[in-house]
Amino acid sequence: MDKVLEVSHLSKVFGKGCVNCFEHTGPEHNTNICPYCGSIVAAHDVSFDLYKGEILGIMGESGSGKSTAVKNLFFDQEPSSGKAVFYDGDKQYDLFALNAAQKRHLRNHRFGMVYQNPVLGLNFNVSAGGNIAERLLMSNLSNYQVIRDRAMELLKRTEVLTERMDELPKNFSGGMQQRVQIAKALAINPPLLFLDEVTTGLDLSVQAAILDLILEIRQEMDTAMIIVTHDLGVIRLLASRTIVMKYGRVIEAGITDQILEDPQHAYTQRLVASAL
Amino acid sequence: MSTFRQNNAAYPFGFLDEYAKKEIRRTVLKAIAIPGYQVPYSSREMPMGRGFGTGGLQLTLSLIGKGETLKVIDQGSDDSVNAVNLRSFIEMTCPGINTTASTSESNLIQSRHRIPEKALREDQVIVLQVPYPDALVIVEPSEEKRKIMHGEADYSRLLVKLYEDIVKFDEITISHRYPTRINGHYVIDPSPIPRYDVPKLHQSKALILFGAGREKKIYAVPPYTDAEPLVFDDIPFRVESFIDEKGERHHCSRCGTHDSFLDEFINPDSGKKVYQCSDSDYCDEHMTSNSQEVING
Repeated sequence: MDKVLEVSHLSKVFGKGCVNCFEHTGPEHNTNICPYCGSIVAAHDVSFDLYKGEILGIMGESGSGKSTAVKNLFFDQEPSSGKAVFYDGDKQYDLFALNAAQKRHLRNHRFGMVYQNPVLGLNFNVSAGGNIAERLLMSNLSNYQVIRDRAMELLKRTEVLTERMDELPKNFSGGMQQRVQIAKALAINPPLLFLDEVTTGLDLSVQAAILDLILEIRQEMDTAMIIVTHDLGVIRLLASRTIVMKYGRVIEAGITDQILEDPQHAYTQRLVASAL
Repeated sequence: MSTFRQNNAAYPFGFLDEYAKKEIRRTVLKAIAIPGYQVPYSSREMPMGRGFGTGGLQLTLSLIGKGETLKVIDQGSDDSVNAVNLRSFIEMTCPGINTTASTSESNLIQSRHRIPEKALREDQVIVLQVPYPDALVIVEPSEEKRKIMHGEADYSRLLVKLYEDIVKFDEITISHRYPTRINGHYVIDPSPIPRYDVPKLHQSKALILFGAGREKKIYAVPPYTDAEPLVFDDIPFRVESFIDEKGERHHCSRCGTHDSFLDEFINPDSGKKVYQCSDSDYCDEHMTSNSQEVING
């Protein structure tokens, strides 16, 4: 199988940091705030691989560092240390050693991101179609009809009513905004897609439809995805492999079914047991 | 004014001191070297408010020399208030220069809103006064981010603006300040010239300089440089057509020409719309040649 992403020892510390930070934080200490310097260890020593067409789940409670990991990979934040290699055909990129222009290139042309809050992913001043056109226009497409057709196709694919294509996304429902965001992320056929709590805050039937959509897209396009969620149901349905995080550390990693059926770590056991 | 004339020995030729003129000339050289790039400069205080053409005026004062001939236009006309005042200020501070209303007789043209109808020559320089130099300002408020976008020639968000226009109105509705790509890279705001004048930037024989006094930027379209308005492949760029409901082009009510940019106004006596050449020199020239024809014919 083709490897898409290889992350090793990713760490992110907010604050000045000190020598004691890593030793005195983590699940064993029940905190991610360093008692010596007050820095927050948002994530430490996170490592995983991701293969083509695979969905990797990152699970954990809020503050566990799961979003931090993804934000670092999408260049929304700078990691404190660690290494991540992105394999793109015969090219490979050492993500944390790139210059700003190369980072923007990857963000605009190779990665897709769907945020929990559509305000972050969409431009609310332009229409739904315009949002998708923006991503297409970055990649040297300059034919209006082609762009319009492609935007319509994507919105149809993500089950947004095409009659509403020229409306502003702020007039859409939450589920619809999320679909537009997914369509925008998919516009350039990215080989790697990040999904940060995409179904959180949506009602159950809309959640189910969006999860279905994500699975279908994975099948059609063979996109590798990293899905961040605190929802066990989402993990069970989508992810083939999962890592569980708490206080910035990976406490368990492996095949999803194994983790959910036979959790080893006490926290995971509690989490699975408490799921309704 | 008389006191100024009495003491004008206190002012150097061209009002600005030599150091300021030198700096502006160096900035102009850089602007020519990087077509379309907005070069920052320390715009000087002028004895008039920002927004009255101080950017263009500083360029003109730095470039003009004794014996050269200047034309100043505002809205196509040599007689409008702004043009008259700028011209008299330059005449006052640059003894030994000539001024003219004729496009073909001038070496240096300072203009606002229009590029003359008559094709410019290689030995002419046109200076345009610019209120907002950056075309990206409508989509990105942060100058820092705009600089990166210019550097990477990332104009996708401007194109989205055009996309939205076509979706809403079936055509691009920008009437003036049409974003134009220079030499295949930088997109400029070509000052408030109408769409009609944008094709005149392309492969122009004359050097075109843009001065934004308040924003402290100078940029240039050097002679024989590509200038393409931003468009989609399948929707060509259009200029104002001045075609009426019957499909006929309006003509100038004064000189009768059919091939100029027209101003529209209401005739106070008849209450009807009247069209007239915006470029007064072009109009006058046609009037003269028409009357010549009448005499000869």
